[in-house]
Amino acid sequence: MKMNATEITSQITTAANILNIEKWDYGASFSNDFSVQVDKGAAKQLKASQKQVITLRVWNKENLVGITTTSDLSEKGIKKALEQASIASEFGNKNEFTDFSPLANDPIQVKEVDKKNPLGIKKLLQILREAESKLLDSHEAIKSIPYNGLSESFYERIYANSNGAFRNYSKSQAAMYLYARAEEKDKKPRSSGSVKLGYGVEDIDIESCIEEAAKKTIAHLDYSSIKTGKYLVCLSPEAFLTMMNAFSSIFNARSIIDGVSLSDKNSIGDLISIPALNIYDDGLNDKNISSAPFDGEGTPTKKLSLINKGKLENFIHSESTAKIFNTIPTGHAGLGSKVSVSPDWLVVEKSNECSDLNRTLVHTNYQGNFVYIEELNAIHAGVRASQGSFSLPFEGWLYKNGKKRSIESATVAGDIKYLLKNIINIENEEELTTSGISPHIWINELSITGDE
Amino acid sequence: MVSASIKSTEIRFGECNKKLLEEIIFYGISLGADFVELFIENSDNTSVLAEEDFITSVSPSFGRGAGIRIFKDKRDGFVSTNDLSKHGLMRSISQAIEMLDISKKTNNSIFNGLEKLKNYSKSKIDWLNEVPTINEVSDKLLLSTKSLKKDKKVVVRKGSYARNWQEVIIASSDGTYATDIRLHQTVGLNIIANDAQYRSNGSRRFGSHGIPNEFRSWDHEKAANDVYESSMNMLYADYVQAGQMPVVLANKFGGVIFHEACGHLLETTQIERGTTPFSDKLNKKIAHESVTAIDEGLSDGSFGSLSIDDEGMEPEKSILIKDGILKKFLSDRAGELRTGHKRTGSGRRQNYSFAAASRMRNTYIAKGEFTKEELINSISDGLYCKSMGGGSVGATGQFNFAVEEGYLIQNGKLTKPVKGATLIGDAKEVLPRISMCGNDLELAPGFCGSVSGSVNVTVGQPHIKVDSITVGGR
Repeated sequence: MKMNATEITSQITTAANILNIEKWDYGASFSNDFSVQVDKGAAKQLKASQKQVITLRVWNKENLVGITTTSDLSEKGIKKALEQASIASEFGNKNEFTDFSPLANDPIQVKEVDKKNPLGIKKLLQILREAESKLLDSHEAIKSIPYNGLSESFYERIYANSNGAFRNYSKSQAAMYLYARAEEKDKKPRSSGSVKLGYGVEDIDIESCIEEAAKKTIAHLDYSSIKTGKYLVCLSPEAFLTMMNAFSSIFNARSIIDGVSLSDKNSIGDLISIPALNIYDDGLNDKNISSAPFDGEGTPTKKLSLINKGKLENFIHSESTAKIFNTIPTGHAGLGSKVSVSPDWLVVEKSNECSDLNRTLVHTNYQGNFVYIEELNAIHAGVRASQGSFSLPFEGWLYKNGKKRSIESATVAGDIKYLLKNIINIENEEELTTSGISPHIWINELSITGDE
Repeated sequence: MVSASIKSTEIRFGECNKKLLEEIIFYGISLGADFVELFIENSDNTSVLAEEDFITSVSPSFGRGAGIRIFKDKRDGFVSTNDLSKHGLMRSISQAIEMLDISKKTNNSIFNGLEKLKNYSKSKIDWLNEVPTINEVSDKLLLSTKSLKKDKKVVVRKGSYARNWQEVIIASSDGTYATDIRLHQTVGLNIIANDAQYRSNGSRRFGSHGIPNEFRSWDHEKAANDVYESSMNMLYADYVQAGQMPVVLANKFGGVIFHEACGHLLETTQIERGTTPFSDKLNKKIAHESVTAIDEGLSDGSFGSLSIDDEGMEPEKSILIKDGILKKFLSDRAGELRTGHKRTGSGRRQNYSFAAASRMRNTYIAKGEFTKEELINSISDGLYCKSMGGGSVGATGQFNFAVEEGYLIQNGKLTKPVKGATLIGDAKEVLPRISMCGNDLELAPGFCGSVSGSVNVTVGQPHIKVDSITVGGR
């Protein structure tokens, strides 16, 4: 089953003509997904799906926009979608006009990736069974792998509008996750895991996924509680990127207009972190498996500096927010009645103004006491982006005199503005994660709540 | 290729599809499946957003699709598709058969055809015509955001409405043949208050199932007053000091903790995964004797109520915990097959693209005998959690929840508001510490995300006292 983009565009054009709709655009997605889960060697759930969805926007005579989303791509379905979008346009936002992106016809950079062919469910199952078995055998305390999965996805995305813009791309993506649960007598169960992505299953480093899941889970078996207090903290690359994504409303023009950001229209140029910090949004980065060459409005994706030497340098924009800020869209828009804006893939690095950093703080060598935060959890519940505060459970270790011990259960609390201005070291080595690239980041003092 | 026209042999909503469905199910059984289930869905949804004094978003969406599930022994294969033609559904059956590697064309199952249609949608046909129009919704949302305009410190005012209408056909090889219509409406208010460096949020959500007129009678003034008051109370609040302390959790949405921390552990999905500490605790004490907990899908109009679950079974009232003793797990078809716990009418899914799983419906702790004041008076130094935010539970059963509106309890009295609190613990340790239950049970709507997607639920409880819990703060 393959989507025919030309046919859909033609159907929309014909239906729009009949309905006297002159201005429209659409974003469409078609995907074939396959996934497997196992339970001690047995196939647990095997899934396949064929999805097709289209989001249509139409402009009425007053230039107000209406929208409809549907999975019914029959002629009748598309006509109904246009009619409903037309009705919705009567309620279009008169306070903020939306238009086509002025960059929707600009050339796009389509990455030459090696698009893989489906391996099929049977092969996925065989690979996952073997991975589960190896992980179970890696340590006697690992009793089960309650959360596991191997999936492959093949998809195509399209954007087109009545002004002649038409762009599409197709790609493949695969993911493996293994979360093990370990138990020892008279101790609480412990859990940890690993996620790996690739363009296809053959790209995934399965051995490293198994090894990482085993290593992390076993390391957490020897745990102890932590005393509530203030600690020197080292954030893993993954933890720091999680934090920055959770507070990305700082860079988000939509959030600023909506009054839910810590920034305002005049914040560009403000020093919001120590000068040693640079952050980019780089959706097209070669290492970003999920890269897309254009956003929901058809604007090309590009690399954008967000924080340069500690100063806020750019906001991310859709067409309508860019118009309000008198700039151009940045390729970060969704496609909706109210167009959302979000970052693609953050890259964190040390700037050349880093002389004040405490370079002795390297998590693999430092002999003093500190808390190492490996992974932050429950972001949706513990982050107040509009207030800048967070209180988040985490997986991590307490380091004392060069020796580490897993922390039983604890939360870290603080304020993002404080955190960014109290970075005391940015380690040299940058690490690739599923959500971006970052080195380890050290924070002077954060509140940790433990069981003691 | 995407179809350019509706095919003649296609599932038709609102019409009898028995012969076609039987043909498809028979095809699956003839290929060696033990069990075949078809879940076919037609949806029509609308959401509206009001910000300040403008409608800023109206988003209709509609769609159709099918989820096809096949069991062989204890294994299952699931395929979802937007193609509702006979050919498309049969192709999905073949795909599921192939996934399960069923090569033997014999099985122990016999398909005797579908039973007489159980039509739960009869009295619901007009629901979609009876719901408020976009005009009505817009007008009322704008009134609600206007009602929030009480103070110049209020810098963000939002009102949102969502209506989800779903028509389903469920047919399976055990003869189940049912159709139903579901209608969920929800409305929410959000506020941000700001004064110099101080900032606070407030939010409230209301929801119903099966009451087309419910939104028209929604008391937006009362809701606006409530959310405004909450936000103002928290505007200048200090951060709570972390530590172990007794807490009183308010009724209504306070029940989210029981839902997340305990309810999920009583779903057979968790037994299958080996992630619940309660799998061998049936008829054993797991909670304080003051705790009785119920999950049901029957309360009229409640957000988690249903006429049939997504596997075609009528929901039952399940007493999960009675006086501290574990009495029942919530089970779906796969749960019954793999764990032996009888189905409870709890097989639920977000839509056709998910296989059903054992999920909660309306879940609450039963009322006790104490007043709210008696609970608070019993604490010399603790925390009152008036409004809860979201939370989560990890693979080892540990939970954490944000407190949206909290107050210190000092010498049996509520004193100053505090922010930034998080409740941390695990169900096994916390359930025995619920020592007092109030007499003021109330329910609140919510959305629960889990293995079969996001489903509408109700959480609830009276005011309850937990003798000791870890409170995260600064």
